[in-house]
Amino acid sequence: MAADLRTDLLLQMEGITKRFPGVLALQDAHLRVGRAEVHALVGENGAGKSTMIKVLTGAYRRDNGTIIFDGRAVDFQSPQQAQANGISTIYQEINLVPLRSVSENIFMGREPLRYGLIDWKRMNYDAAAILQRFGINVDVTQPLTNLNVAVQQMVAIARAVSFQSKLVVMDEPTSSLDEREVATLFDVIRQLKREGVSVIFVSHRLDELFAVCDRVTIMRDGRTVDERPISEITKLQLVARMLGKELSEVRRSGATAFSEGVHQARQELLQAEGLRRGRVLQGADVNVRAGEIVGLAGLLGAGRSETARAIFGADSVEAGQVQMNGETVHFRSPSDAIRAGIGFSPEDRKTEGIIPYMSVRENITLALLPTLTRYGIIDRKKQDEIVLKFIERLGIKTSGPDQPIRELSGGNQQKVLLARWLCMNPKLLILDEPTRGIDVGAKGEIQTLINELADNGLGVLMISSELEELIEGADRVVVLRDGRTVAELPHQAVSQDGIMAAMAHGSEQIAPKAERGANG
Amino acid sequence: MANKAGAAGISAKVELPEQEPIASARYRGIGQTYGALIALIVLLLYNAFFTPNFLTAQTISVNLTQVATIVIVATGMTLVIATGGIDLSVGSLMAIAGALAPLIFLEKLVSIGNSAITLPLAYVVPVIVAGLFGAFNGTLITRFKIQPIIATLVLFIAGRGIAQVVTNGNLQAFNDPVFQYIGLGRPLGIPFQVILMVVIVAIVAWVMRATTFGRYVLAAGGNEAAARLAGVPVNAVKLAVYTISGLLCGIAGLIVIAINSSSDANLVGLNMELDAIAAVAVGGTPLTGGRATVVGTFIGALIMQLIRFTLLAHGVPDAAALVVKAAIILVAIYVQRQRAV
Repeated sequence: MAADLRTDLLLQMEGITKRFPGVLALQDAHLRVGRAEVHALVGENGAGKSTMIKVLTGAYRRDNGTIIFDGRAVDFQSPQQAQANGISTIYQEINLVPLRSVSENIFMGREPLRYGLIDWKRMNYDAAAILQRFGINVDVTQPLTNLNVAVQQMVAIARAVSFQSKLVVMDEPTSSLDEREVATLFDVIRQLKREGVSVIFVSHRLDELFAVCDRVTIMRDGRTVDERPISEITKLQLVARMLGKELSEVRRSGATAFSEGVHQARQELLQAEGLRRGRVLQGADVNVRAGEIVGLAGLLGAGRSETARAIFGADSVEAGQVQMNGETVHFRSPSDAIRAGIGFSPEDRKTEGIIPYMSVRENITLALLPTLTRYGIIDRKKQDEIVLKFIERLGIKTSGPDQPIRELSGGNQQKVLLARWLCMNPKLLILDEPTRGIDVGAKGEIQTLINELADNGLGVLMISSELEELIEGADRVVVLRDGRTVAELPHQAVSQDGIMAAMAHGSEQIAPKAERGANG
Repeated sequence: MANKAGAAGISAKVELPEQEPIASARYRGIGQTYGALIALIVLLLYNAFFTPNFLTAQTISVNLTQVATIVIVATGMTLVIATGGIDLSVGSLMAIAGALAPLIFLEKLVSIGNSAITLPLAYVVPVIVAGLFGAFNGTLITRFKIQPIIATLVLFIAGRGIAQVVTNGNLQAFNDPVFQYIGLGRPLGIPFQVILMVVIVAIVAWVMRATTFGRYVLAAGGNEAAARLAGVPVNAVKLAVYTISGLLCGIAGLIVIAINSSSDANLVGLNMELDAIAAVAVGGTPLTGGRATVVGTFIGALIMQLIRFTLLAHGVPDAAALVVKAAIILVAIYVQRQRAV
């Protein structure tokens, strides 16, 4: 398994395996970064990018594999040790000390000394000099918190560079930056490159990868699936490799339990237009009619969950309009949306769905309680009737309504959460990854159920990372890219290639909605 | 493991190691559910046999009288802790209520001259003021997103200062049998505060079990993000529990000054926050929120009280008694610890 040592490479990670209890996070993965190279590391949720970086920096111990850095085999015990040996990491959340000065942050832990005391003059001078190299002029004696996020990020990079780093790892550095700040960051990255420093760049924004990176490593399900100069791959190919799909015209493989054929769409139910919030939502449009399933597609970070949360009133928006049944609504909280007949089953069952210590009964009726009570007192008879009805109807496997929900399997927990909304008799159901992380049997049952619900006139907005689910389940697919709606594919036109093309390029190649997706 | 493989021929021996974890899990389940109750019964039995004159009306009455204020405050604390919060200001709020009441019925603030008006006011106003301070805690926590331990630390420090300022730091002594009924009255021979305590525990326990509010408290503490997405008005619920905690502190403050026939802003409710938190924890409500047992808290407070009484009755010095008390808390928490989820 030992790979040949290649002297042209700065970093060579080979055959990396990392096992967590019950999960194989990395499986014989590799990552090779050349000298003075900006290297993109991409992959969807659970692909193993973060684990790979943590293995590199010593935050995780690897179970197997070799790491060769700058010509010798290394085995870092901690990120500090990796940093001392020339690998610095800059995380999404800037891990600096907000109330200390810029120069203190840059030199923290190795302040220049003079007669045993801190040499403030030299420290400030050196800090200013490092920042100037990147064209940044700030008062280095002021507290970090006075600066905007982009400059703080530069300080983090300056700190990394001042360690004489040979490799800087940037984990989604642009997620909190605006476009001008991103441009500044790219200048810094190019400057690093000129100075012979390599950069590993993790980002979900395809345009950024193609703008600044030399090579790309694509990961999926814990393996490295491709590695090549970025000029040799198109955005569409990149998306296809990330999702593990071949470019073909296969439309229906029968991989899901959704029925064939289109639902009878009825009157307009939800119209959301121009939703905006920071950089995560930059003009998302979605509309759902009664009795149809609308799929919401996009890569990780495209703004799918954010769109759902904005519609549901869970997050505020800076701009945009939401109409329910033709009337403009302003949901200030989920309870407003619930009263208007919307249900929302979130992506992360554990952290946002179940109330772990409550029983199946309480979890099912949590949203329904206001209508189950008289003077605030719960009508237990009515509650039990409803709970038993839905346990039976959805086939929830439980020892009884009193069983704590945390003891149920993932699929049954998901059914309880569906029951929570179905017992409200909603008009619109927003399902964020309704079948993620549950076993095949329960998955099929839930897909069948969603289908039946739409047949009965419920409007469904379904977010899914599984293209089969969107292709076979949805009557229409709305594609988001970088927080804006770039395409809307009617049932006849829904295909893997079509969705992936929209994810990769935006709307240019897709006829409908071209006017909306184009920049500006 | 090796043992199991080696003794494969003898089936009885093979099964033994399999049974053990099941049995211990069952014992632990009993410990979690009934641990506090069992401990209380053990303490009662011990005293019944070994402490002279324990089973007399007077001893029981003394113990219940002493525990009443802790139970009342700890009941509010249980709700706060059920939402995942904590209230350090309870003792100070008791002091504020205790300082206000005499000012009203001794007519030091305004002269009304009619006790039919001043006495009801002396009950109602301090309790409402304490409730408002509780609402202030809740506002800091919900609107300004300050962590509960810090937010309530504000009034923990400032509250006693406020109580001293309104009384000019003076000890207010009084003798007013009508007002002091809350602490000294004995309808049917039962101390009034004991009745009050039982009624409050019963009402709050019922509210937690049977009402939407009770479910919301547990949902907000069990998983705040999920509760919000299910339409639970999390902020209003939190505001309510801190307000309720404040109101109950107000009542407890009145009881204390009524018993003492005086109000000393330095002493009313001193260290109450620690006693109340200990009662909640010993009673089996985890400090992480999402679960709560009001009756458990009642039992927890009784256990703490009985331990103190038992040690005193058997001549253990007070200093040593504190160490034993701490050890018992540790044991109680250990017995009720939760399995990792």
